Order: sequence, then C-alpha cells, then structure tokens
Amino acid sequence: MWQRVFLMVLLCAAGTSWAEVGGDAENGEALFRQCRGCHQVGEGARDRIGPHLNNIFDRPAGAAEDYRYSEGMQRAASGGLIWTYDTLDDFIENPRRLVSKTRMSFRGFDDQKDRDDLLAYLRQFSASPGNIPEAAPTAAAVDHEVAPEVLAIIGDPAYGEYLSGECTSCHQASGATDGIPAITNWPAEDFVVVMHAYKDGVRAHPVMQMMAGRLSNEEIAALAAYFENIE
Amino acid sequence: MTYNRRTFLGSAALTAGLLAAPMVRAQGKPRVVVIGGGAGGATAARYIAKDSEGAIDVTLVEPTRTYYTCFFSNLYLGGYRDMQSLGHSYGTLAADYGINVVHDWAVGVDRDAKTVTLAGGASLPYDRLILSPGIDFIDGAVEGWDLSSQNAMPHAYKGGSQTELLKAQIMAMPQGGTYAMVAPPNPYRCPPGPYERISMVAHTLKEVNPTAKILIADPKEKFSKQGLFEEGWNDHYAGMIERVGPDFGGADVSVDPTAMTLSIDGDVNNVDVCNVIPAMKAGRIAEIAGITEGNWAPVNAADMSSKMDANIHVLGDAAAQGDMPKSGFSANSQAKVCANAVRGALTGSTVFPARFANTCWSLINTEDGVKVGATYEATEEKIAKVDGFISQTGESDDLRAATYQESVGWYDGIVADMFG
Repeated sequence: MWQRVFLMVLLCAAGTSWAEVGGDAENGEALFRQCRGCHQVGEGARDRIGPHLNNIFDRPAGAAEDYRYSEGMQRAASGGLIWTYDTLDDFIENPRRLVSKTRMSFRGFDDQKDRDDLLAYLRQFSASPGNIPEAAPTAAAVDHEVAPEVLAIIGDPAYGEYLSGECTSCHQASGATDGIPAITNWPAEDFVVVMHAYKDGVRAHPVMQMMAGRLSNEEIAALAAYFENIE
Repeated sequence: MTYNRRTFLGSAALTAGLLAAPMVRAQGKPRVVVIGGGAGGATAARYIAKDSEGAIDVTLVEPTRTYYTCFFSNLYLGGYRDMQSLGHSYGTLAADYGINVVHDWAVGVDRDAKTVTLAGGASLPYDRLILSPGIDFIDGAVEGWDLSSQNAMPHAYKGGSQTELLKAQIMAMPQGGTYAMVAPPNPYRCPPGPYERISMVAHTLKEVNPTAKILIADPKEKFSKQGLFEEGWNDHYAGMIERVGPDFGGADVSVDPTAMTLSIDGDVNNVDVCNVIPAMKAGRIAEIAGITEGNWAPVNAADMSSKMDANIHVLGDAAAQGDMPKSGFSANSQAKVCANAVRGALTGSTVFPARFANTCWSLINTEDGVKVGATYEATEEKIAKVDGFISQTGESDDLRAATYQESVGWYDGIVADMFG
C-alpha cells in the first residue's frame, strides 16, 4: 500500500508526462516476476542477461553502461529512441515490433492494464536516486541456487563451441529471437544458473530439461564461456 | 563469421579446378565432397568450412539452386506459410564460407579412386565423402503407383513443386469430395509428418470445403504422437477423418491413377485427391556408391562413417543409425558430429565425443502445436536413445500456442544453422 501512496506523492510533485502513470504498482511488482529472470531493478541492480532498469524512464535506449546490446537495440539507440512512458508501453507490448532484432525474448503484454501496472512499478525506480527503495535488489537474476564450486568452474570455450551445435539447431548464433529465446552474450554466471535450473527441473521447459539434463557441470561452464563472448 | 576464400560456382569453374587438382592435393589441402544440400549436407558443409577456417576444401553438390524444405511444408498445405518462406539459396554458403557449391546431380562414386562423377561429366576427387541424399521411393511399394504417377497422385514428400501440386489439387476438390492418403510403412522420413499433414489438410478443407472427407489407408498399427493427433482431430475436425489401419486392410492397398481410385482390402473408393506416400529407401546415390544394406546405409554412430567404407559418411534420412527418427533435426544434429570427426581426421583438430538430439514439432490446428524429442548417444552398436519427452493430451491452449511459436523459432534457427 505504501507504494501507491508514495507514487501519489511523486505524481503530485512532478506533473510531467509520467504523471499519467496510473497503474497498480503492486500488481506491477507481481508481473515483474516474468521479467526478473533477465532484468534487475532496485538498489544494487546490475546488468545481467538484460540491462538493469533503474532510471529507465527518460533514459536513452542502449545506454546502460557496460551492457552489450544487440545490434537492433544499438540501431534504435542511434536512431534516437528514448524510453518514455509511451515508448516503454510500445516496447513491452511487443518488443520486436518496436526494436526488430532485439535479443529480448519476451512476447509482450497484450493487456494495457498489465502494461500500466508494470510501468507503475518500474516508475518507482526512476527519476531520482531517492526513489530507489532501501531494499535488496528485487531481481537477483538467479531463480535457482547453484553451489559456489560449480559457479567457479572456468569453462573451455573451444569445447563450448562444439557443444553449442546442440543449441544452434534452435537458438540462433546471431542472437536473433522469435519464438526461441536468444542465448548469446549472457553473463556466464547467469547462463550456468539457468542451465542448472533446467537440469534440476526447477525451470519447466521439457526440451531444455532434456538438453540440460545430460550436460555435466564442466559442459555447462564450457557453453557459458562460449556464448558469453560469441560475436 | 565470414572468410574471404576463393569460391567456385558452376561447372566451368569447377572443371578448371579439377585440372589443377593434383597440385592442390600435393599442397596437402584435404578435400571434402558433400552430396545433398539439405539439413544434413548443408550443415556439414557449413560447419567443416567454418571451423576449419580454410584448411579444408569443401564442395557441396546439390541439384537445386533454391532448396525448399520438406519440414514445414505441411504448414504450407494448411495455409500458415507461403512457399517462398520455405525456399533457401546457397549464396551465403558460397560467398561467406568459401564452399564450392555445384548445382548438379551426383551420378557415380568410385570408391577406389575416391572420386564422384557428376551428371554434367565432371569428376570430383575427395579425401572424405559425405552423403546426405535424403530419401527415394521403393518401386512397386504401392500397387499401381510408380514415379510416373506422381503428377496424378503426388507424394509431396520432397519439398517444393510436389507440395504445390498437392495443395492445388486440394483446393480444386469438389465440395464434399474425398482426399485420400496412402501412409507409408516404417521406417520413413518424419514419423509424425503424414499425420500433421492430415491435420493441415483438414484445417484447409474445413475452411474451403467443410463437407469433404479424409480417408487414410495406413499399414501401421500405431503412429507417432497418435494420442495427440487423435485428440486434436476429435476436437477440431470431428467426423471428417477416417483412418483404416492394418486390421481392416490398411496394408492391402492398390491405386489406379487414371481412374482415380484407391482400393483398400478389395473395396474400391473413388477419390478426388490421392496422396501416395510409398515405402522409402536411401537416396539413390547411396545405393550407387554400394554402401547400402537393404534399403538404408548402415553407419558407425561415433562419426556417422559408413560401415562399408571409412572414407564415406552418411547423414540423415539415408543412414541406418539406430534409434533416431529420420528428420531434418536429426540430420542437422548428425551433421555436426560428422563435421567434427571429419575435421579431426583431416586436420588433426580435437574430436569431441558424439552427442545427438532431436525434436519434432507438429501443428494440429491454429496455435495448437505439439512436440516430441529425445537425446541420443553413440554406442558401439548404434545411436542409442538416452532420454525423451512428448507433449501431453489435454494441455492448455497457452502451452500449445507457445509450442507452436517455438516451432516457428526453431525453423528460423535450423535454416540459419544450415545455410548461414
């Protein structure tokens, strides 16, 4: 409840275009669960599979430091795309319609209310550092615990390149994404965590459970090392 | 990844290359010839060229300039894809990967001299030969049908013009007419393919010809994804589809392409379209090369090498390899194992252990996709199944829609993996 109150205060204070943000931030927080496999927002948020979303409002596209954007997003950025309420609304309705060849593997929210709610939630993490709550990052991109010694394995990218043949029957090496998510240029740690989540049956997809199921810890590390730096 | 290497295109350039061949060999650049530019051959050629970075001379022999995939051709019959979206050129393989793409038929293999003869007369020397010729049909498999009947009664089991012909015949059926299919016996290309096709034909007929009937004569007791298909047919196409299995004479069929009749166990049915999918065998060049046993070419699982000639590898539908279904996905998977092994044998690069996988998606109705898949390993004896899964009956609409979307993504993925 405090979030809504907080938002009201903000709305009164600002009065710019985002004053129209009328969504339900609590519901937006729940919807954000679909995003946080890839995106972090909040104090300490870092770029992971996707860029962090702090101060996303009014941020130029492709501007998160150190994040390696897809060519599609770089093109949109050089074309002057700025993340406003309207452009974000367009983007999360259908990411690839606004930015063709984005690596963002999300079909989009069809429902305007869902988009309003999600943006109301994200809005709380923008505009001034004071808006960022003093809480832990909401979205450790980890949806699964992996033992530190497994995370510490340094993968062999040459072996990973060979193994990647099993991935590229479906996932495109170019990072293109349509129906099958892109898996290129993820931080190796995220890649490892996600693969173990499939291997351990925590993530539900049957093809991925099967493919990950027979990969050893070293093989997962090798794939992560290869895909992290694929050109 | 692109390499700027010389590119041979067309037979004139090829002949010039042949004259210089002894010199090239003396320089020690090993030669790989790949016959067949589908999911097995195109993938193998691309991976060998890409990963050897110019150290291996790769020639790909494929008769057609535009390759129309057989996978997803049923979606064309259902009205979900146009034919253009299924066509792919070899331009990138030639230009960016330095593969010598030769559009010709391979008509002979001299295993002692290690050369391939092309219909145009050229002879291609090889150090390793990779055969990925797909399927041909067994003569006399369906009484009354042979290849000369394929315009009256199309098989539509190779992509392209046959698929277009079948679609045209379906669209020209009289209202309330009958589409018949003679389904093939095992083993054959794409186990769920005939039944996905039935689904797609039913979908089209339901829109343009809702009183039409579909009749299947099937020599098999059971078929791939049977529970899923039968559930879907009941839900979407109730009363339209009749399947006659072997208990009721489904294996005892003959056709008359002139009279347009299909006889099942002596009962003569007048039909408007007759899609005859005969029993299959390895593409003819495998037989010509003398590496077949029965209808298929037996291979060693570790590197897809022929059991009869260590310098020849066989990929995809043509291979007798064990447990993998004959599918584009399987051929693509086998090609990468083979490419790794061939590169290792010719250049000393690291050979990693073989591993295989397959997934086959089928579309039953709009946004109603299902899938089956498995992983495989190489044993001394064969490619052996490790683990697998299949979609379940009664799945939610959302899951089925996601499965369909995934299949569309897979199509884009595998053709990128094949053609660059």
